[in-house]
Amino acid sequence: MAEEKKLFKVKIDNIPVEVEPGTTILNAARLIGGDVVPPAMCYYSKLQGSGGKCRTCLVKVSKGSDADPRPMPKLVASCRTTVMDGMEVANITSPEVLEARKGVVEFLLLNHPLDCPVCDQAGECDLQDLSYEHGVSATRYEFKRRTFEKEDIGEHIKLHMTRCILCYRCVFTADQLTNNRQHGILGRGDHSEISTYIKASLDQTNFIGNVIDVCPVGALTDRTARFKNRVWFLKPVDAHRECHDPNCCGKTVLWMRGDEIFRVTARKDKYGEVEAFICDTCRFEKKDVKDWVVEGPRKVARYSVISQGHYVGVHKPHETVAKVMDGRQPKLLMDIHSVSEVNQPAVDLSKIEGPAHSNDFPKNNGAQ
Amino acid sequence: MGRKLLLDKAHIEGIRYYDVYRKNGGYAAAEKALKSMSPDQVTEEVKKSGLRGRGGAGFPTGLKWSFLAKPEGVPRYLVCNADESEPGTFKDRYLMEFIPHLLIEGLLISSFALGANRTYIYIRGEYAWIPDILEEAIADAHKNGWLGKNIQGTGFDLDIYVQRGAGAYICGEETALIESLEGKRGNPRIKPPFPAVKGLWQSPTVVNNVETLAAVVPIINIGGDEYSKFGTGKSTGTKLISACGNLNKPGVYEIDMSISVEEFIYSDEYCGGIPNGKRLKACIPGGSSVPILPANLLLKTAKGETRMMTYESLNDGGFATGTMMGSGGFIVLDEDQCVVRHTMSLARFYHHESCGQCSPCREGTGWMKKVLLNIENGKGKMSDIDLLWDIQRKIEGNTICPLGDAAAWPVAAAIRHFRDEFEWHVTNPEEAVKRNFGLAHYADPLPVVAAVV
Repeated sequence: MAEEKKLFKVKIDNIPVEVEPGTTILNAARLIGGDVVPPAMCYYSKLQGSGGKCRTCLVKVSKGSDADPRPMPKLVASCRTTVMDGMEVANITSPEVLEARKGVVEFLLLNHPLDCPVCDQAGECDLQDLSYEHGVSATRYEFKRRTFEKEDIGEHIKLHMTRCILCYRCVFTADQLTNNRQHGILGRGDHSEISTYIKASLDQTNFIGNVIDVCPVGALTDRTARFKNRVWFLKPVDAHRECHDPNCCGKTVLWMRGDEIFRVTARKDKYGEVEAFICDTCRFEKKDVKDWVVEGPRKVARYSVISQGHYVGVHKPHETVAKVMDGRQPKLLMDIHSVSEVNQPAVDLSKIEGPAHSNDFPKNNGAQ
Repeated sequence: MGRKLLLDKAHIEGIRYYDVYRKNGGYAAAEKALKSMSPDQVTEEVKKSGLRGRGGAGFPTGLKWSFLAKPEGVPRYLVCNADESEPGTFKDRYLMEFIPHLLIEGLLISSFALGANRTYIYIRGEYAWIPDILEEAIADAHKNGWLGKNIQGTGFDLDIYVQRGAGAYICGEETALIESLEGKRGNPRIKPPFPAVKGLWQSPTVVNNVETLAAVVPIINIGGDEYSKFGTGKSTGTKLISACGNLNKPGVYEIDMSISVEEFIYSDEYCGGIPNGKRLKACIPGGSSVPILPANLLLKTAKGETRMMTYESLNDGGFATGTMMGSGGFIVLDEDQCVVRHTMSLARFYHHESCGQCSPCREGTGWMKKVLLNIENGKGKMSDIDLLWDIQRKIEGNTICPLGDAAAWPVAAAIRHFRDEFEWHVTNPEEAVKRNFGLAHYADPLPVVAAVV
């Protein structure tokens, strides 16, 4: 009964693999796994038509196929090129590919603000990983970077266009998961932007929140979790609930600290792609542990910074404040003044002989 | 006098209108093709003629047509690429403005050969007045039975539609053109699949340049074999060249591809030399995206042979010492022109026209423009020249469509041949904003390379 399917023999970096016809080079490399997998910033296996744009997955085809052994004249995007029988591909064994990839990473970072210290995506950002693995430490770009105003596209989603690398994933997501795409690409060239035409809200369907998960950088972030915590201080926990939406799998990751749920996302695999999409109700509105059936801690790869906060069992971190403060309550709201009580601009420190002393700063506002 | 095939009747008054065109032998080729030939015979004639695509790439047209997939029950389309936006190129405009019926006739014959019943002319939006001329010509052809149902009783149906673009250079790339024609954002598609298999509305499609399709008319009239006797070698037939820049007589010329570049620039039949007794410094022979050449390499190849106006001769020496025929936008620079400024202006164009889909072109074109602007304004550094070289190298070949290459080549060629002018801009920043580098040694005869025995 099992029909014998002819498999294509492919060699990627001299590692042989057999795949079904129609598989892309990237997916064949993913079957091998490890270092030979080209990085991908715009390709998303769950989204049809994605890929081919970021050019980070460029590889060299050194032998087209058994039938036509000529090499391909240019580097090809492995996410959109299907394998042929007998094809030989060079990824990390080709200096040409590595150099081109380095160039692409430089291009991607050219207009990126590199504001990782204040970016919510930091720690789970594909661009961060990519530049760490394939980029160079310094930029040769000496000009002003393009910037955009931050934009609220809907009640739950923040668009920070300055960080965007124009992978088009969110456009495909809205096209394929919802029946009412409100956003798209405006303009062209390096000033093209993801936006809604004349301030529309994206909140009209129940699946638009997935654009946050597919975004490889911090351009689309969850407004319910923005600035609440760093991802590596949170503990990812697998959980599920009975979701009434038939298209929602209900299987999520809760990002918790103690009993508090800071963020709900879909479950992502090692390539940063979600296993299945979830609905906006699960994502934005179910922030109580009682809503969920907790399955246990999520496995996080060792190299990820998120693994530093990863510990087994759902334990509340031990609070030490009360002990340190002898039972007094900590003063949570700091009294921050625009003008310091101590320093007075009217007093010129350079004119004071010797080290400054409290006497040099009279209480009645500088009058000696 | 060079022999002409396309513009031989362009001087006749009223040739724009159907009656005059018909009286002067118009639609004879269509009649011949539709009534006495089969579609395959037409394709065969075009193959025999050796006609190469006139839009820039120079791909053999007959071969392109034979690649068209012909599945049963799926419509096929012919699209005429009239999105002529390459700086320096304006030959299609001339054809469409003055002899629109030649294009209509060419479209009719080509559609017949390809079995397309619906054909589109995608014209750039800036040619705002030409759609009216084309639509009038289409209406006249309809009235006289050359379009519509059952053309001239042969049973072949054809409708031609004119679609205006919205002002994007990128929509001249065939897959971006198809996207735009479908009403989407004009982003080039990722190939494969090629348009010959999945083009307009996922149906097999052929996209050809205006001049290519017009050239089908003389091919049918005189026969493919006769056509291939024009020109030299694999550059058969005649080519429209739009000459501009520092020339006494800029304009559109039809050349038999058997004259030399020197003759084209200096003879009175063509451009008539350079005004005010200035000397030739450099030239871009095929529209802005082909490599620029200094005078000494333009007139003679690196081997010391005379450079001819043919695909092969212009390409002689590859990118190191040659250039390309491209779309025939012949831009001439005299000794007063600044190559740095010129390159900056082209880089600005490609930055403005990049669609922004793939990263190397989106980010790289803007970067090159900014660096070039600095050098031009006397704020450049020596390292900027190497930086430019590195940027263009990382754009070229790594993009989805040829716009990345088109943006990289002019910069690469300018640095390759005019590096000392760039360096002079860096070392003499004050002077560089006030005066030009001048001719320097760019017209000096090249040292003859001794033949390797």
